[in-house]
Formats: sequence, structure tokens, C-alpha cells
Amino acid sequence: MWTDFPLFPARAANFADKVDPLYFFLVAVTVFFSVGIFLTITVFAIKYRRSVHPQAEQIKGSLAVEATWTIIPLGIALFIFVWGAAVYYSYGAPPKNALRVYGTAKQWMWKFQHADGQREINELHVPVGQDVAVTLISQDVIHSFFVPAFRAKMDVLPNRYRTVWFRPTRTGTYHLFCAEYCGTAHSGMIGWVVVMEPADYEVWLAAGGEGSLASSGEKLFRHFGCISCHRADKGARGPDLAGLYGREVHFQDGSTRIADENYLRESILAPKAKIVAGWQPIMPVFQGQVNEEQMLELIAYIKSLNQNPLNVNPNAPVPDEEQRKRNPQVEPQVIRP
Amino acid sequence: MSEQAHAVHAHAAPTGFIRKYIFSLDHKMIGLQYYFLALVAVFVGMFLSLLMRIHLVWPEASLPWFGHIKPEQYLTLLTMHGTIMVFFVLTTAPQSGFGNYFLPIQIGAPDMAFPTLNMLSFWTTFVSFMVMLAAFFVEGGAPLSGWTNYAPLSAIPSAGPGQGLGEDLWIISIALFSVASLMGALNFITTTLDLRARGMSLFRMPLTCWAWFVTAMLGLLAFGVLLAGGILLLLDRNLGTSFFVPGGLNINGNLSFPPGGLNPGGHPITHTGGSPLLWQHLFWFFGHPEVYIAILPGMGVASQLLSTFSRKPIFGYKAMVYAILAIGILGFLVWGHHMFMSGMSPYSAFAFSVMTMAIGVPSAIKTFNWLGTIWGGRVRFHTPMLFAIGFVSLFVSGGLSGPFLAQPVLDIPLHDTYFVVGHFHLIMGVAAIFGIFAATYYWFPKMFGRMMNETLGRIHFFVTLLGTYAVFMPMHYLGMAGHPRRYSQLTELNFLQPLMPLQKFMSIAAFITIAVQFVFVINLFWSMKKGKKAEINPWEATTLEWTVPSPPPHDNFGGVTPVVNHGPYEYSVPGAAKDYTMQTDPATVAAH
Ligand code: HEC
Ligand code: HEM
Ligand SMILES: [Cu+2]
Ligand SMILES: [Cu+2]
Repeated sequence: MWTDFPLFPARAANFADKVDPLYFFLVAVTVFFSVGIFLTITVFAIKYRRSVHPQAEQIKGSLAVEATWTIIPLGIALFIFVWGAAVYYSYGAPPKNALRVYGTAKQWMWKFQHADGQREINELHVPVGQDVAVTLISQDVIHSFFVPAFRAKMDVLPNRYRTVWFRPTRTGTYHLFCAEYCGTAHSGMIGWVVVMEPADYEVWLAAGGEGSLASSGEKLFRHFGCISCHRADKGARGPDLAGLYGREVHFQDGSTRIADENYLRESILAPKAKIVAGWQPIMPVFQGQVNEEQMLELIAYIKSLNQNPLNVNPNAPVPDEEQRKRNPQVEPQVIRP
Repeated sequence: MSEQAHAVHAHAAPTGFIRKYIFSLDHKMIGLQYYFLALVAVFVGMFLSLLMRIHLVWPEASLPWFGHIKPEQYLTLLTMHGTIMVFFVLTTAPQSGFGNYFLPIQIGAPDMAFPTLNMLSFWTTFVSFMVMLAAFFVEGGAPLSGWTNYAPLSAIPSAGPGQGLGEDLWIISIALFSVASLMGALNFITTTLDLRARGMSLFRMPLTCWAWFVTAMLGLLAFGVLLAGGILLLLDRNLGTSFFVPGGLNINGNLSFPPGGLNPGGHPITHTGGSPLLWQHLFWFFGHPEVYIAILPGMGVASQLLSTFSRKPIFGYKAMVYAILAIGILGFLVWGHHMFMSGMSPYSAFAFSVMTMAIGVPSAIKTFNWLGTIWGGRVRFHTPMLFAIGFVSLFVSGGLSGPFLAQPVLDIPLHDTYFVVGHFHLIMGVAAIFGIFAATYYWFPKMFGRMMNETLGRIHFFVTLLGTYAVFMPMHYLGMAGHPRRYSQLTELNFLQPLMPLQKFMSIAAFITIAVQFVFVINLFWSMKKGKKAEINPWEATTLEWTVPSPPPHDNFGGVTPVVNHGPYEYSVPGAAKDYTMQTDPATVAAH
């Protein structure tokens, strides 16, 4: 009955090895003090009970004693803090070359999208030994991505992309929970993280998918009519989006901002919030039309333009002489599907 | 009685039933009203937890009257259990109940500074409690968004049954409760500062008074913020404002909510630009001080009792006062430790983390000073003392899990798991309840003129102590194993199956613990009528309430303002005739 009692979750990612020593140290401190204090109470209770200790001693306090038991806890507290802070600091931002996975949380399910187009629900496949960064957003209330075996947890907000990263160190299947209370079926919002050998992972990746995220995004770009304004030609009524991701954007009011994923999302959902310098506020509001999964695809597409700028025009109605003159080195043939 | 005191307390003892027992202006009656309100609330809250524990381990069970508990009903029970326990028990009994009754007497005042305001705050609390209970009976039932009520879940009527009218009632109730607490806090602060008897300098106040005073200041700063948050949430829910609701939410296919809802201008409601994290900041800016509002009065009572029953001065009186103040101040700087996971920069996390660790220091000082108080004493183990020691024990075991949660790296695996449930039940829930029990057994003779039964008291103490440890200690292990909190269907999850025997054990321990509370209630009501008659000062304590008859007369000191010559903890003074020196004893005794 108690044989598979999970006293402590498996240790299957890089952070687990860093944080567990601190964990055990704190357990030791806790046990030491609770046992110490309980023994003290018991000993005092026996030794100083009225029947054996008829005269109370007159002790009102003692500066030396009190200073000691102020400074020792202070020292321990600071030591724990510094240790914890050092570990937390070492987690850092997701490494640049991490494998990127995107996900949306909703009542009550997890949906993941891989860059190559694999989609999964309540399951997340990742290769062992490789940094993985999962960028998540919620389409309704707050959820929380929690994998105990990775010592990874992050609240998933409805209005902002956040990224959690880890490097799985052991293959296997691990629990994925929603840890932030999100309504009636919160306890059903659970799934699995499957850590695979890289070779198996490649096989798995190849097994499915309806084209990469970026290519789905490209279709949406046409579907929503973005392409009628955002083009690289002269007749464009909106800025060229190639090279936008990661660059600094200047706005009409003089402010600037780096174009990250959150910026792209905002400028599609609520374009009037910040107007790019030199353009008219004519872009329609897409809030309520583009859902969070489509948004991830559009963003993947816009990001892909950094590598393949001409991608934007493969099926443009008329091949544009003007543009080819301006941009002679780019030949239509190099366009990748 | 001095002129000034007359002016403050001009009303004569009322004679009619209504003025005496219902709309009473007497702080003692109001204190009792609060106390009995909390007693009803704690039984409601306990009953809900009973249903919860049954559902968790026997989800198929069919209960008499109630039938089968559905998963969403579990979440409703959870929400109402947490809310009722935190607000109507832990905020009500220790501060408004005992504080009202004993603060004026302990500082030598005939009543609170504003008796009418006092009556008003009780009745506002009462209405607030009725509104909260009413949520059970409206369409959709009581809300299920948790006692923390996070937006946008709490802002969306369609998020589940109970999130309609029930949730609005929840918010209104909490807003009323906040108003009542603000009025009470003002009263406590003014009373402590202005109505102390001659000779009762601040540093001669019993530590209970210090605790009530600091608690009142926390309440004054914290409840205003909760009130504001509640009003904004009501606006978001009903008038289409967007303080907490970001744009474009897609709730089960509904893009605007309430579906078909119109704002006052007649346009469809479309939310845009709100910040869910704003609610969390407002809530926890209130919420963390709230846990100190619950526990500080218990600390005051524990200090008082450990000294009295060890027949020794409290160890390091001034350090105790400074520790209460430090906890009060630091308590306002740590709310972010509840939000490490919600997306704060690592640097803010470090700031909140170090502040939280810092609170451990005054807490450790208090603990060690309590031990120092027993050290070398002549200890009498009456029931109140047992509960005071129990308080210390729970405060230590609940407090030691705090440093885990204060580390962002450890909070990652532990946040929103059962570890947190174990932590806060021990330190804020049961420790504060032990404070209430200790205070009840200690002051019962003063309030009702009779003693409570010691044997029943001991049974109550030992079973409750072991029972609560059996219920809440294993929760820490569940949390470390990764068991998330607020999960309603444990039996359906494979992972949780190996933990089920432990869950069953906890449920059974909870039933026993709950059952033994009836021993307490029987003792309480039986002793009121049949208990042994109490002397004026049965515990041979030193503070002012033990100089007046039990129960004290209408204006406490029978028109004679007491004069205070001693500190509150002069026990076993060498050379004195008896082993305690009353605060009102002539000054010469202390000179020896
Ligand atoms: C009617 C023309 C029009 C359409 C259709 C349109 N946009 Fe825009 N878009 C603009 C204009 C003009 C701007 C610059 C002014 C501003 O910031 O609003 C812009 C700005 C942007 C920006 C910010 C660019 C920068 O340099 O910072 C992004 C990203 C963007 N649009 C994406 C899209 C996407 C994706 C779609 C389709 C879903 C779309 N737009 C549809 C006109 C359009
Ligand atoms: C008989 C004693 C009690 C039992 C058996 C009990 C049991 C429980 C259980 C099972 C939960 C749900 C945990 C979860 O699913 O996340 C819970 C939650 C809670 N309890 Fe208790 N409890 C008791 C007493 C108290 C007391 C005295 C307090 C006072 C502080 C309290 C405050 C809370 C709070 C604030 C919550 C969280 C509610 C929420 O998540 O919104 N409980 N309790
Ligand atoms: Cu959830
Ligand atoms: Cu806190």
C-alpha cells in the first residue's frame, strides 16, 4: 500500500539538482529547531512545575541572552536568503538557443504548439538534455504551469506572454499540473510531460504536424488581410514587418520599445494603443477575432520574416517591378515555402 | 471618577433588554456579541470543512440531507470555509471579541472611546456575516473563487455556478466587514492612546494591550485597501469597468461578458486593458497584514498567560514590545511573497524574500522569550496555560515552514500545494484558535463569574493538540510530494492514489478534532450556569481586570478610576508578601 508513496518528486531537470540541497538544508534547520524547542518546553514543564520548583526565579530578561538569540536567527535567515537568491539568480533568462515551444492555457486544458507544427493537448514532448523554453499565455483566467519533477512552476496570465525554461536531465513521463486555481475543473487540468531521447524526439516530431507554425501564420496573415497593408512595396499602407522582431520601434509620441512577442501581440490586438512613427492609425482592431493560438502563429510568422524577408510576398497579386528594383539582390526563386 | 472620564462615558447603565443585550453600548456586551458571533461562525466553518474532508476521500458518499457532494460544491465549500474562518473567526474573536472586552479594563478605562461607533461596528459585522451566509441560498449558490478571489476568475459571472449573485454578495459582505473593521480599529487606537488610567504608561501596558493596539493599526491600513479592491471588483463585474479584466478574454467561447451585458451607456461590455495582477497586489497588501491581525492578539495572550502561570515576569518585556512593532511594520513590506509565481522581476522577488526572512527574527525573539519566561518558573498547568503552551508549539511548527516559502526557488515547487495549506493552517488557523481557547479559559471567570471545568478542559486540549497536528502536519508532506491545492477530485488522479491512505488518516483525525470541540461548547455553556463560583482573582494575576468584580460592573471600576503603580508582570518579586504584585498595589512595595 505504501510502497509507491511519492515522498519526494523525481529529480528530472537541471533546477532540481540546484534547489534540492537548499531544500534539504532547510528541512534540517526546521527539524533541529522544532525538536530543540519541543524538548525545551517539555524539560521546562517537568523541571519547573509547581510541585518540584516551589520558588520562581526572578529573571526579567538578559541583554546578552536576548542578543544571542536575535543574532543567531538573523545569521541563519540571511544565510538562507543568500543561498536561495544565488540559486534563483543562476536560473536566469531562457538561453538564446533553447528549443522554443508555445502554449495556450484555457479552462481546462493545455495546448502546445511546436515550431515545426506538431500540436498536442495536455501532453508536452521534449528532448532530454536540451534547453527548452515554453512560452505561455492564457485565453481566459490565470492558470499555472507546474511540473514537480522539474521544480518548475509559472503562472500563466491572460494578458501577457511569459516563458518558463528547463533542461530535462532524465527521460520519462512526468506530471503536469495546473497549480493556480482556475474554476470548477481545476483539478482536471492536468497532463504529462514526456522527456524523450533526442532521436526519438525527432521521430516523434516528424510524425505529425500540418506545416510549421510560421507557415500557418503566413496563411492567417493572408486570411485576415494583413498582407493588404503590410507589404514591402511602395503601395504598403502599413510598416514592413521584416526585421521588426527584436528591433527598437519608435512611436509617434516619441517613446520607443523593443519589439518582443508581447509587443507584437499588443500591436495586433489593440493597434491604437501605440502608433508607429510615420504611419496613420488605420490598422483595424483584431481583439476578439484572432484567438491566442492563431496569435502565436502570426507571431511565429512575423518572427520568421527576420530570416526570410521576401516570404511576405510569395503570392502577392502582382509581382512588383518597383520593389525588385529597390531590392535587387533578392530573387523570387529563393523564396522558401 | 474624573470629569474627563465622565464626559467620555456619560451614559448610565441601561435597563431594557434591547439596550442591554442587543444594541448595547457597553464594550463588554459588545465584546461578548463578537465572541458569540465568532463561535457560530467557527462551527459553520468547521462544518464546511467536515463536508470537504468527506468529499476528498469518499467522493461517492451520500450524506443525509446534503446528498452527494459535487466537485464544484467542494470548491464552494472551500471558498466559504476559508472566508468564514479568516474573517468571521480569526479577525473577529481575538481582536474585536476579547479586545473589546478587556482592552478598556486592562488600561483602566470605563469604556471604549466611542461606544456608539463600537455598537455600529458590531452590527455592521453582523450584517456582513448575514450577507455572506445569504450567498448559500441565492441562485447558483455561494461563490467558488477561493478566499483570495483572484481576478479575472472572480470578475467573470460565467466562470461557474455561484459566480453570479453569490459572488456579488461575497464582495459586498467583505466590503461591509472592512468598513466595520475600520471603525473598530479607530476605536481601539483612540482608546489606547487617550483613555489610559493614571500611571498606565505605554510601557506599563500588558502585552495583550500592545497586541490589540498594533493589530488595530494594521487593520486601519489594511482594510481600507481591501475595501477599495472590493469596490473596484464590483464595478468590473457589474458596470463594465476594466480594473482587473484584460481585453479579449475568451471564456468558453464567450468573448464579452456578461454575455449580452450592456454598460450604462447602452453599449455592449467589452473589457480592455485591466490588470489581473492589480487584484493580487491589492488583495495581498491586505492579506499579509491580515495574518498578523489574526495572530498578534494570540501572541499577546500567550505572553500574558505564560508569565502569569509561571509566576515570573515576562522575559524581556521591552523586546517583546519592539518585536510586536517590528512584525507590524515588516508585515506591510512582504505581500509580494504570495506572488513569486505571478511574474515579478527577480529583483523584486529578492526584496520581498529578504523582508520575509527578516520577519523571522522578531518571531524568533518572541518564541525564545516565551521559553525564557517558563525557564526557572513555578509553573501551574491549568487549562489556559496548556493552551498558551500549545499556541507556542503551533506557532513554532507553523512558523518554521515560512522560510521555505520565502525563498522564490523553493516557492516554485511549493507554491499552491498542500504545503501552503499545512503552513497557514498551523500558524494562522490553529495557532490563533489556540489563542482564542487560551483566552476563553483564562478570562471566563472574569466574564461569567464562574470557573470552567478543568477535566473537560484538559481533554479538550490534548485531543485538539494531537488532532490538529495529525490533520495538518501530513499536509506538508503532500505538498512536498507535489500535491496541488484546491483540487476537488483526488480519487480520479492516479498520481494521488498512493497518498490516499494518508488523506483518509487526515480526514479521520479531522472528524475526531471536530467532535472534541463539542466538549468545549458543553463546558462553556454548562460552566456559565453551573461552574464553580470564581473569586475576583482566581489566577492570582496582576492586571487591572482582576481588581474588579466578576463580571465587572457597568463602567468597570464602579466610578473609581484606578491608579497604576506597577508594571504588568511583577510576579515573585523578592521580599514581597505574596508572589504577585497587582498593578494597582501601592508603589512602596516595588521599592523593596
Ligand atoms: C488597414 C491596414 C492594416 C491592416 C489590415 C493591418 N495592419 Fe498592421 N499596421 C497598419 C499600420 C498603418 C500600422 C502602423 C501604425 C500603428 O502602429 O498602428 C500597423 C502596425 C502593425 C504592427 C506594428 C509594426 C511596427 O513596426 O511596430 C504589427 C506587428 C502589425 N501591424 C501586424 C498586423 C497583422 C498581424 C495584421 C493582420 C492580422 C495587420 N497588422 C493588419 C496597418 C494595417
Ligand atoms: C477543523 C479544522 C479544519 C479543517 C479540517 C480544515 C480543512 C481544510 C481543507 C481540507 C482545506 C482545503 C484545502 C484545499 O483543497 O486547497 C482548507 C482550506 C482553508 N482553510 Fe481550513 N480547515 C480547518 C480549520 C481552519 C481554520 C481554523 C482556518 C482559519 C484560518 C482555516 C482556513 C482555511 C483557509 C483560508 C483555506 C483556504 C481556502 C481557499 O483555498 O480559498 N481552516 N481547510
Ligand atoms: Cu487551474
Ligand atoms: Cu504573507
